Amino acid sequence: MAELQTNEGGGKKKGGSKQKKISVHVDFTPMVDMNMLLITFFMLCTSLSKPQTMEINMPSNDPKVTQDDKVKVKASEAITLVLSGGDSIFYYTGLPDYKDYNSLKLTSYKADGIRSLLLKRNAEAVAQIAVLKQKKLELKISQEDFKTQVSKIKEGKGTPVVIIKASDRATYKNLIDALDEMQICSVGKYVIDKITPGELFLLKNRESKGALSQNSAN
Amino acid sequence: MSKVKVARKSTLIDMTAMSDVTVLLLTFFMLTSTFVKKEPVEVTTPGSVSEIKIPDTNILQILIDPTGKVFMSMDKQEDMVNTLNKVGEDLGVTFTPDEIKKFKIQKTFGVPMKSMKAYLALPGDKQDAILKDYGIPTDSTDNQFKVWIKAARATNEELRIAIKADSNTPYKVIKDVMTSLQDLRENRYNLITSLKVESAK
Repeated sequence: MAELQTNEGGGKKKGGSKQKKISVHVDFTPMVDMNMLLITFFMLCTSLSKPQTMEINMPSNDPKVTQDDKVKVKASEAITLVLSGGDSIFYYTGLPDYKDYNSLKLTSYKADGIRSLLLKRNAEAVAQIAVLKQKKLELKISQEDFKTQVSKIKEGKGTPVVIIKASDRATYKNLIDALDEMQICSVGKYVIDKITPGELFLLKNRESKGALSQNSAN
Repeated sequence: MSKVKVARKSTLIDMTAMSDVTVLLLTFFMLTSTFVKKEPVEVTTPGSVSEIKIPDTNILQILIDPTGKVFMSMDKQEDMVNTLNKVGEDLGVTFTPDEIKKFKIQKTFGVPMKSMKAYLALPGDKQDAILKDYGIPTDSTDNQFKVWIKAARATNEELRIAIKADSNTPYKVIKDVMTSLQDLRENRYNLITSLKVESAK
């Protein structure tokens, strides 16, 4: 028990009189009670984990930017993802083919869906980054070197350019999932763009299994 | 006959050690805690593998609930007051010092300007109850959201915009917000997510 022992006047009296010992016990139980209450309060009122965040850069939609200033993307490098309702995701590579409804392919957010496709397209960069990560783990390169080299690889030639277009039926989660895949697959060049009537046509055409393009051909 | 003495055992337990532990724990929680901000609507953010943490200061958080209502919160009270005054100027509303004082203590705001005065006149608990029915208008006819963002940017240059939306929010609403931000040339911003543990790599 917490106690204080006090010598009361032990030194003053002569003649070997017995020292009076007064022990002062302090009961800590109320203190513990109060502390427990405070701990409970703090535990309930705090958020220990800070939320994560994704930083994105959006293209400017300044009307002054003319058609010539816009970055042109090689058709062979472009992959367009069209996020549709019901957690479905479509993609086409290069330029859209309005005549063939099968050019818009259905895939999924799962690992064997869009991820395997992007990893395959971006295999070179992914392999290079894996080597770099290993090097970083072995402490051969510093964090900053790692970052600059990774961004260099991501910007490198031959890496795919992904254009993410979400339809109104898609949810915010779909968008985040799609952006997430970009990070997992080390895609450095991606952009969120507005869906065009052309893509909406493609979606509808696919739903009706090519009936729309048939009609317009006739 | 001698009396039988019953040995009395003391039932006192030494609480000192316990008290030490609790004080330590308490100190830990006090130092590490950031208080949960009260939000008018409950929002579950989607998970992502991104590991960037959001900075603590100079954050303008845009909260979007599943039905598409937009709320805003800022972390500095003086910024909030300046923003309110600027927005008031733009939309032709002037606020009394009393109203500004009441606005200052708001955790999250998101009331259309025409209802702002009536809203600020209400007592605190009633404000909380009805705030979730409001939301800043973002449609193209009456885009007060743009005015707010513009005013907030003018007050604090270093402000970072963070969007916190529910996973089930339709993209249409997000698109409205993003287009408004693009119109104001706010092309860099953060999307708040929660951590998802990625198993398959």
